[in-house]
Amino acid sequence: MFSEFLQYLLSGITIGSTYGLVGLGFFIIYNASHVINFAQGEFVMIGGMGTVFMMQAGLPMPVAIIMAILLTIVIGMLLEKLAIEPSRKNASVVTLIIITIGASIFLRGLAQVVWDKDFHTMPAFSGEETIHILGAVIVPQNLWVLGGGGVIVLAIMYFFGRTALGKAMLATAYNPLAAQLVGINIRTTLLWSFGLSGLLGAIAGILVAPITFTSYDIGIMLGLKGFCAVILGGFSHGWAAIVGGIIVGVAESLGAGYISSEYKDAIAFIIILLVLFFMPDGLFGRRGTDRV
Amino acid sequence: MLKVSGLTSHYGRIQALYGIDLEVHEGELVVLVGGNGAGKTTLLRTISGVQPMTGGSIEFKGRDMGQMSADARVMYGIAQVPEGRQMFGPLSVEDNLCLGAFTRRMRGLDTDLEKMYAMFPILKTKRKDPAGTLSGGQQQMLAIARALMARPKLLLLDEPSMGLAPNLVREIFGTILELKAEGTTIFLVEQNAFAALSIADRGYVLETGRIVLSDSGAALLDNDRVKQAYLGL
Repeated sequence: MFSEFLQYLLSGITIGSTYGLVGLGFFIIYNASHVINFAQGEFVMIGGMGTVFMMQAGLPMPVAIIMAILLTIVIGMLLEKLAIEPSRKNASVVTLIIITIGASIFLRGLAQVVWDKDFHTMPAFSGEETIHILGAVIVPQNLWVLGGGGVIVLAIMYFFGRTALGKAMLATAYNPLAAQLVGINIRTTLLWSFGLSGLLGAIAGILVAPITFTSYDIGIMLGLKGFCAVILGGFSHGWAAIVGGIIVGVAESLGAGYISSEYKDAIAFIIILLVLFFMPDGLFGRRGTDRV
Repeated sequence: MLKVSGLTSHYGRIQALYGIDLEVHEGELVVLVGGNGAGKTTLLRTISGVQPMTGGSIEFKGRDMGQMSADARVMYGIAQVPEGRQMFGPLSVEDNLCLGAFTRRMRGLDTDLEKMYAMFPILKTKRKDPAGTLSGGQQQMLAIARALMARPKLLLLDEPSMGLAPNLVREIFGTILELKAEGTTIFLVEQNAFAALSIADRGYVLETGRIVLSDSGAALLDNDRVKQAYLGL
């Protein structure tokens, strides 16, 4: 009984960490531009699929992983340069968001053509030997996901809290006019934010691929779950997206286990609706504190 | 130091500035007065490069600035204290100050921070608070300090007295005089014409996008047209 619960909990936390990482990608671009980048899920897909196909091409796994991450960063930056930048001056944020939806469809199509429409498996980073914890079973890859997620959150918190570029990104989001007047180049900042989001998406996709399979269209669901994570956590803190992701993952896993696995995907969306109805700033959101 | 010639700027099809000519020399305090909608803010934003110019030229220290991006202009030494303070609201006071030094890659911050805190002690007490929670006067001080963090050669000030209580206005004008005494070149835009012209070396009067008068500060204070339109005399 307890071991069953623990099993659901552990797999929920693992998958939830992935949602959190995807959510963190949303958080970064939102924080630099107030745009919700719906191509975030495609970054996740490109990370996983890229690794799979580069390994098929004969590259050793670590090299394939690094190449796939770089590929995703470049695609993220190209998306900003080719789709967002040209329209940014004259378009509203909503228009930009719709552009990202278009970009996500385009990237999915491109993946079908360049790669294929099949499901692919990726070998685990360090074997499949199961680990038993109080009757529950996990594979080492679960630990990779959790550890990787933790390291990334710390790195991101450091980035926004301590580095000049991180602060500049926040400043650009809070007040683009003032950001320009203190000498921040908004275009560069935005470009970096898309690159960084690509990096996070790719890492999430690569960490989770050995557990869940990967294919050209996994980005849709992972993207939406990640969106759900960041909505639940709120857009104020990077770690909130991770906590939101874990809550979504655990709720989903418990729901699938105890209610019905048919409703697994519905749970995330019910959470989105409840959050938007009752606490639109998210669990950890902070309300505006501007005085004029 | 700053030489603006024949400058025009448009919002879409609507022209806001009609051939502005003005100069600010090194060490001067030059004031631009004008009513609401005269184009004062547009002029400053065009000089800073956040509002596109459609004609004319902007020269700074003999260098053509017209095609330069806003961040490059800050790097060359033009900093602006924008209208309405424009804080990075959720960031701390200290972060706002540090971002002011962004073009210097945030180097040598500590000495500059100490200097700002000495000039505005209240900012030191509130250094960890989000800038958005400061009062209007404190935000204005922070906006000035943030611009100074760039170590500007030319400081553009857009209506620093707007919405402040009279004692705070005096304090802000005191600060401006201090900065001038330290050798900072200042171009000040104000609706508070009397206070501004009283401390100005020279002044310009802007009406519906055109410079209509220019003279020394004292002479403008004595000018009948200025008295009528801006001083309520």
